[in-house]
Amino acid sequence: MFDLKVATDKLFRGNRDLASNVVKILEVLWGKVRKKIDKVKIMNFCGTHEWTTTHHGLRSLLPEGLELVAGPGCPVCITPSYYVEVAIKLALENVKVYTYGDAYKLPAVKKVDGAKSLAEAKSLGGNVSVVYSLLDAVKDARESKRESAFFAIGFETTYPIYASTILKNLPENFTFIICGRLTPPAAEYVVKNVGGIDGVIAPGHVSTIIGGKSWKFLAENYNIPTVVSGFEPMDVLISVVEILRQISESRAEVVIEYTRAVSWEGNVLAKKMILDVFDVCDATWRGIGLIPSSGYRLKEKYMNLDAFNVYGFKEPNSKEWSSDLLPGCRCGEVILGKIKPIDCPLFLKKCTPSAPYGPCMVSLEGTCSIWARFGRR
Amino acid sequence: MGKITLAHGSGGKEMNEILEKMIFKRLPDWMKLVDGGLGIDFPDDAAAIPLGDGRYFVVTIDSYTVDPIFFPGGNIGKLAASGTINDVLMLGGNPVAALDSIVVEEGFEEDLLKEILDSMFEVFKSNGVKLIGGDFKVMPRGQLDKIVITTVGLGIAEHLIVDKNLKPGDKVIVSGKIAEHGAAIYAAQKGFMPEESELRSDVKPLKDLIIPLVEKYGKYISAASDPTRGGLAMVLNSWASASGTMIVIDEEKVPLRDAVKNYCELLGLDPFVLASEGVAVLGVKEKVAKEVVEEMNSLGYTDAEIVGEVKEKEGDASLVIVKTRIGGYRILEPPLGEIVPRIC
Repeated sequence: MFDLKVATDKLFRGNRDLASNVVKILEVLWGKVRKKIDKVKIMNFCGTHEWTTTHHGLRSLLPEGLELVAGPGCPVCITPSYYVEVAIKLALENVKVYTYGDAYKLPAVKKVDGAKSLAEAKSLGGNVSVVYSLLDAVKDARESKRESAFFAIGFETTYPIYASTILKNLPENFTFIICGRLTPPAAEYVVKNVGGIDGVIAPGHVSTIIGGKSWKFLAENYNIPTVVSGFEPMDVLISVVEILRQISESRAEVVIEYTRAVSWEGNVLAKKMILDVFDVCDATWRGIGLIPSSGYRLKEKYMNLDAFNVYGFKEPNSKEWSSDLLPGCRCGEVILGKIKPIDCPLFLKKCTPSAPYGPCMVSLEGTCSIWARFGRR
Repeated sequence: MGKITLAHGSGGKEMNEILEKMIFKRLPDWMKLVDGGLGIDFPDDAAAIPLGDGRYFVVTIDSYTVDPIFFPGGNIGKLAASGTINDVLMLGGNPVAALDSIVVEEGFEEDLLKEILDSMFEVFKSNGVKLIGGDFKVMPRGQLDKIVITTVGLGIAEHLIVDKNLKPGDKVIVSGKIAEHGAAIYAAQKGFMPEESELRSDVKPLKDLIIPLVEKYGKYISAASDPTRGGLAMVLNSWASASGTMIVIDEEKVPLRDAVKNYCELLGLDPFVLASEGVAVLGVKEKVAKEVVEEMNSLGYTDAEIVGEVKEKEGDASLVIVKTRIGGYRILEPPLGEIVPRIC
């Protein structure tokens, strides 16, 4: 019997013949590219792309000199320490803090009343609950009637669900620690300030919301071939081929490879919902610093949902921001693609998935955590 | 000194580290084994003491705690009995007898305890294993999570299967679909277990598989393990480091059910680190590898497959390499840390 699911799976990730054919095409293009430049560095901006690349061993299929590196594409890794500190403080003051699993162990740079992470706050008796979904948290808060705060980290993919939940009615005891970030400004920051990026694999999930057009600036202003890619190993290989093709032909444009999910305009409804609820503001990224117009802030009329406002915490002042990495931690360089996790002396020594020292070791989407689990050499 | 974390007990790298630090390093060598036997000098599935007539007395001990105590496919009693039998088998021993130590929380239902013990007795009975002793204690309410069962397994081996004897050229065989137990338990813990769920623990004793294989191919089997905590990733990494080899496996060949694969993907779990409780991994000489698989098939283990082979290690590190389904290569690391749900 023909099983569509099995066939699709086989096509996208179990297809060695197709992969080896694509690699042959890639090698031909690589030969052409090599006549112009020695090395090509392609950066991804999504933890899931890094996972696909590492988990399926794609780097082992590529010629030497063609490098795939991870950029700031993991929402956990780039959440500034200050927000973690606020969440810990609230949890220890018996406000119920809901968090996604990956932020549970995210370490702050300093201890807050004895706890360095939400996990530690919980073991000290703090009120922390790990949830899979915002809706579970809302339901729980509605029933418990306790003061609650949701640790709302995430990129454009995660924010529509916050917006749509806010636009419906929320229980009065529910607030958000808003730490939303936008990916295109971070990409622009990296290509502008770090440089050396010859191609970009743009995030597929984020682009389902913001659309392929959001990446136009990379091609037009920075002359960088950009492909919005899906998440199967075949998707990533094909995207690399497209980037090499553009480099070999000395052109740069945005191509959507992930056509089965991403359109040029994106999800118009979701984008509108976000803008109905949030303003875009300058924001800090952990290990990087201030990036203009890269964060979300609740609109004035929703200030009653803002945990900073409700519980009297100072809004993080971007101008006063100083490095929020622990001494010796090189996560800042990892997320900018300057170094690989193995270049950090703490990697799998002082910093491991069970006892993360730096933020990139925490989430399953964090570059260091991926390298630790799926191949560190 | 630091504090003990859950990761220290998760069967992965951290557990090896804490055992090394707390026990192995602090004992003088003579205390680690009985002369001519196998002890914690080379930690394996069980320990062995020579009997003087060429045979070995094989002994193993394990504490079982599982949440929930009743899960699809079994309960803690079946798990404790099967686990101890399998550990004796994996050293080449024929399980003869067992002892158990049961600690229960005050207030535990007698009915449930009876059901758990029935399952345990049933496994021992059908495998001809005698239950020759034990202990029973009750802890005040709240000082223990329901029940802990410790079992000791005793057996006799004609010759030992010791994982450090794995040699380049050997083939790696997996007897059945992996990760079934781990996936079922994780789903039950997270409440993702609808009535009609396809996820089910594979917990079972492997005597009907291992004894005939040992009788027929004993001298060709260089390593044997059951991939419980830490899964296939832990077993293969332990083998590689104990034997100083490199192991290369083909992801496509590893038996894995679609339901388990899909579930793992949905939740960001890696089937290679999830536990099996009714699967054996064997290292066998190349010339009999196909025959062994056919024999396993005829014994009812129809999913058995040769999944990879053992090679000389390159450089210092004893690595496990996976050829991925798309044809790339990655390193299969020993499991690290605990599993937490992910955001996106």
